[in-house]
Amino acid sequence: MLVSGLDVGSRTIALVEWDGVQVVREEVVFTGTSPLENSQKLTRGRHYDRMIATGYGRHFITEHSLADGVITEIKAYALGAKQLFPDAHTVLDIGGQDSKVILMSGNGNVIKFEMNDRCAAGTGRFLENMASALGLSVAELGVHALRAEKSIPLSSMCTVFAESEVVSLIGQGADSHCVALGIHEAIVNRINAVVQRVGINPSFVFAGGVAYNPCMRKLLAEKLCPEINVPSDPQTVGALGAAIQAQNDLQKGQAS
Amino acid sequence: MINPSTLEEYTQLRPTSLEAFEMLRRDNASILLREKEKGKRIIGAYCTYFPRELAQAMGAIYVGLCGTIDAPIAAAEKDLPRNLCPLIKSSYGLAITDRCPYFVMADMIIGETTCDGKKKMFELLSEKGLKNIYVMHLPQVPDEPSSLALWISELRRLRTYLESTFGVTITDESLREAIHLTNEEARARQAMFDLNKRKPAVLSGMDMVNITFLTGFQADRQESIRMVDAVTAELTEKANNGYAVGTLLTKRILLTGTPVGIGNEKVVKLVEEAGALIVAKETCGGYKTVGLRIDENDPRDPIVLLAEKYLKIPCSVMSPNGDRLGLLERMVKDFQVDGVIDLTWQACHTYNVESYAVAKLVEEKLRLPFLHLETDYSQSDTETLRVRIEAFLETINN
Repeated sequence: MLVSGLDVGSRTIALVEWDGVQVVREEVVFTGTSPLENSQKLTRGRHYDRMIATGYGRHFITEHSLADGVITEIKAYALGAKQLFPDAHTVLDIGGQDSKVILMSGNGNVIKFEMNDRCAAGTGRFLENMASALGLSVAELGVHALRAEKSIPLSSMCTVFAESEVVSLIGQGADSHCVALGIHEAIVNRINAVVQRVGINPSFVFAGGVAYNPCMRKLLAEKLCPEINVPSDPQTVGALGAAIQAQNDLQKGQAS
Repeated sequence: MINPSTLEEYTQLRPTSLEAFEMLRRDNASILLREKEKGKRIIGAYCTYFPRELAQAMGAIYVGLCGTIDAPIAAAEKDLPRNLCPLIKSSYGLAITDRCPYFVMADMIIGETTCDGKKKMFELLSEKGLKNIYVMHLPQVPDEPSSLALWISELRRLRTYLESTFGVTITDESLREAIHLTNEEARARQAMFDLNKRKPAVLSGMDMVNITFLTGFQADRQESIRMVDAVTAELTEKANNGYAVGTLLTKRILLTGTPVGIGNEKVVKLVEEAGALIVAKETCGGYKTVGLRIDENDPRDPIVLLAEKYLKIPCSVMSPNGDRLGLLERMVKDFQVDGVIDLTWQACHTYNVESYAVAKLVEEKLRLPFLHLETDYSQSDTETLRVRIEAFLETINN
């Protein structure tokens, strides 16, 4: 058996191929402006017994007959996190343009979830903008913040306002490490409020591209939950979940 | 079970009584204009709290006013703050740009002190001088006898005002006739909504929205009752012969919260595009008011009977608003609901805050999946809403 999951997100497309036991291939590319073409490139020449799409482009990809079915990112992240961490009950996913907190039952079913609204505050895009305001790459931002002696709190969570706030703080001679730490704290405080609404569980998984950020991991551990499970590849958890769904569908004999 | 799978099949199977409403979309305004030209008075209102029987009793036509479209919001924001509920901004924008034909034709507009945004909007609208805007003082602690006393006096004040403004007499007898007509309307609507107590359901949420929206602008209330009764009769007969919308497996969703019409129906559409059905709506224009009927054998002053009825509407402006929770609980059982979606228009504080109590009822007492959505009339968050709605429906699979 070879199934796959394709997570067509706002910033990246992730593909995971699963043979029923393990991941046999995984790829992440930028979504760009042609999600269909970029998805086709990833899967060219491959034959899958079943392929499930997830992410913002899930319907678009499926309408073009690339995938056999769809599930939402919410379900995909739950299934993926459960596969990687069987004891997991809460998943935090911070992706390119949204963040979500998912509460699962023992068998990986979604019980409850919360998502940010249309605003990009507290998402990967927010971090990207703040990094560029500080003249850093998004990959550098977290490491940079960890070197701060104290944090300079950010008062605005609106991506546009926060960016001008960061620029004016730097203009006033503020230490960029401290500003960077303030940026991370602002996001974590916002996420904390959402997590409290869903309810937190000791077995906590942090996934999505933002989980690569070491400062975010540190602050979440301090503020939310001392034991945070971060997948070795946090960006492909959704695609893995979609592949697991494809496998489950085959086992149930569902081909719809 | 008959499930249309292609558009052609769907058109063939589509009950003719539902098709009839499409004509209203075209004709409602022109029919009203003809009535106006014949000398009929037209009273426009935005809200179900307006005791429409008073308009009917003076021989006027009662008509609903527009407020479900996104386009005029930009015009409204010249005067109104951006952070205000889209329903209020849309109503105001349509009114000041002459784009609501019913507002244009109305001889008088009646508002109520329901929420803060609306009552202040009526002040601005009144200041524009476009129409005679009359605002009723709606008390908001429904169970207090003093509230009822105030509301009775407000109905009397309106009665006197209508009589002097239009030079008519509103008799108790004509009020009783109007009570009968409004009772009939509620009876007809409830019978139609109750069709969906069947499993599988027979009326889609989109059809429900379409019917309640279009009949709201209909000048001839008798005709409205006939059309709704025709739907009930035809669908009952079809259902007895196997007709249904969806299957036994289709997820049955109850929609509650702020009102929905054509233009702001995006949540209903997204739910049904995802393969589920809105089987019942606990909203204004939906099930919220159809159960509130006056006992026509009650010999008391009809104004008192009307005041009692309208004060019982379980809108979130009321405090406390326990009747809404009671109604929701009954509806969840009667309509065999699988999950509840609570829709709040952005900046509608009362529905937004009350969502806490609804969530508690649905999740803890009724043990059903619950989704609270807060949005406006724009399409900018369609895909985000789609994710939430689909993910919510996935939790029902569990």
